Amino acid sequence: MLAFTLRRLIYVTPVAIGVTVVCFLLVHITPGDPLTAILPADATLELQEQMKAAYGFDKPLPVQYGLWFWKVLHGDLGHSIATGRPVATEVLRAVKNTLILATVATLIGFTFGTLFGFVAGYFRDSWLDKLASFVSVLGVSVPHYWLGMVLVIIFSAQLGWLPPTGAGPDGSGDWRPDAAHLRYIILPAVTMSVIPMGVIARTVRALVGDILSQDFVEALRAKGMSEFGVFRHVVTNAAPTALAVMGLQLGYLLGGSILIETVFSWPGSGFLLNAAIFQRDLPLLQGTILILAMFFVMLNLAVDVLQTALDPRIKRG
Amino acid sequence: MSTPPPAAPLVRARNLTVDFVGGARPVRAVAGVDLSLAAGEVVALLGESGSGKSVTLRALMRLLPEKRARIGGSITVDGRDVAALGRRELARFRGGTVAMIFQEPGLAFDPVYRVGDQIAEAVVRHERVSRKAGRARALELFERVRIPSAETRLDNYPHEMSGGMRQRAMIALALACRPKVLLADEPTTALDATVQIQILLLLRELQREFGLAVIFVTHDIGVATEVADRIAVMYAGRIVERGDCRDVIRAAAHPYTRGLLASRADHVFTRGTRLATIPGAPPDLGALPPGCAFAPRCAQAVPACEAGVPEERPASATHVARCILLRPPAQADAGATAAA
Repeated sequence: MLAFTLRRLIYVTPVAIGVTVVCFLLVHITPGDPLTAILPADATLELQEQMKAAYGFDKPLPVQYGLWFWKVLHGDLGHSIATGRPVATEVLRAVKNTLILATVATLIGFTFGTLFGFVAGYFRDSWLDKLASFVSVLGVSVPHYWLGMVLVIIFSAQLGWLPPTGAGPDGSGDWRPDAAHLRYIILPAVTMSVIPMGVIARTVRALVGDILSQDFVEALRAKGMSEFGVFRHVVTNAAPTALAVMGLQLGYLLGGSILIETVFSWPGSGFLLNAAIFQRDLPLLQGTILILAMFFVMLNLAVDVLQTALDPRIKRG
Repeated sequence: MSTPPPAAPLVRARNLTVDFVGGARPVRAVAGVDLSLAAGEVVALLGESGSGKSVTLRALMRLLPEKRARIGGSITVDGRDVAALGRRELARFRGGTVAMIFQEPGLAFDPVYRVGDQIAEAVVRHERVSRKAGRARALELFERVRIPSAETRLDNYPHEMSGGMRQRAMIALALACRPKVLLADEPTTALDATVQIQILLLLRELQREFGLAVIFVTHDIGVATEVADRIAVMYAGRIVERGDCRDVIRAAAHPYTRGLLASRADHVFTRGTRLATIPGAPPDLGALPPGCAFAPRCAQAVPACEAGVPEERPASATHVARCILLRPPAQADAGATAAA
């Protein structure tokens, strides 16, 4: 198992390097010189050349990449143009908040998604199935920023039960696991959980249907297993795929939460990305995307390893 | 089979019918089967695909989906009415009184559980013993069905075993809770010829040792004669001929049985000889003819064949067939009706 994990880690390396290349080139394929953003409009040609040399933009691209990559390896992602703070610090703080939100949302989505999926799969074509399927289709198709605003209107504006925006009562950008902060995560997490819930419910429903139609289920009944005993076998068979889907959904939520984080002013990576785009803060944009992409790569790796641990048919050799 | 079976047979099905509903129109897969089985007896259910043999087997264990399958007639196993069993009694009955061996051992084991654990699971459930005791029983059974290096094989997943070994493990699973009746659903069909024979010999040996009553479903006449005391030939959901194994093969009375025997490959090893076949195709079970279901394919059919379902008529001293070309029962000697 350890050897397998190490080998998968080696396989992932080229993908990770590819990600850094794309992130690096991002600066160079965006229209406009990266320097025009920081230089005054009336800067002399001499000053421009000086700045180019200072930032290393006068060197050939591969050399620039090498220098940048070396810095990245040492945890130096440059400085934000807008705030002047190190990108690494900014991004990691935002990523931490996003990770918390995405994890809570995925857990909520996974819990209800598997519940709906199992109910729908077990009672196929009954009204329970139709209800569960309706809810899951709704989850996938409702625009979540719209749902977020509706929830804010109901639970914050009308009922006044939950705060509409932010991550905590002090207005600071850090979420902590205590009662006061917990109230702030409920609305964004529930809004976000609707997507993985729908996807997982659909997947689990199809999985359960597929597993129940297999011969071994009949064989289990033939040896006198109770319905609960059969259910245990179905869960074990469905687990690898359900977990894989959950892992991928977590990955999507990590990167794809711009809309929800903006609606709820959640100080996460999506919020940061949004700000970086509008302020043309290229180092920040580059750093955020790089770290999010790396998260996604690592998450896929974790899902692969976990799936192998759960399903004996996937060869470890 | 010269002595009649004891007064109360272990398995008795009377006028068993199975209809599948929920499709465009109901399909009658089993259309009135009478079957009885004494302790220690082996009956082969012979027939082609779709003749209702596997469905009959599943009906005996109430394994058919309850929403879609309507079961008629009566089934008694070991003195109990199968249709009246409650949920818990049914679970005890399955595996405890009646066990089944499936056609595809590769599909009948849960792919993500170890084979040994799947056997232990059944033992734990039926006998309320510890997992350790269940494992010990599984090991004992693995050795009994002659799986080499049984101890390590217990920890195998189904995909790590060969087809023959999986079927041995399947037999071990079926015998795990000492059932009285074994239902074997084409247990050798998925195996290659040399392994088939080993499995058949093993089954026969275990049947004698444990005194099991066995219903052996197969489409292979060779296999049927190898294992069975009695044969019942099924066609379109009915038993068309049944009786002592040797007599049914030697003096087949029903045209369908004769057709089956003639279409065996055993006789045509000469190059250029064509294999005899039964013309036509099996009937549509959703629209069975009112008379003999085989009549449309039968070379000897007469108009009277379509009048009604033929009664069982004695074909020899120890076997009966549903064909109107045979002498009616009134003229037959009384001894023949006691057979089967």
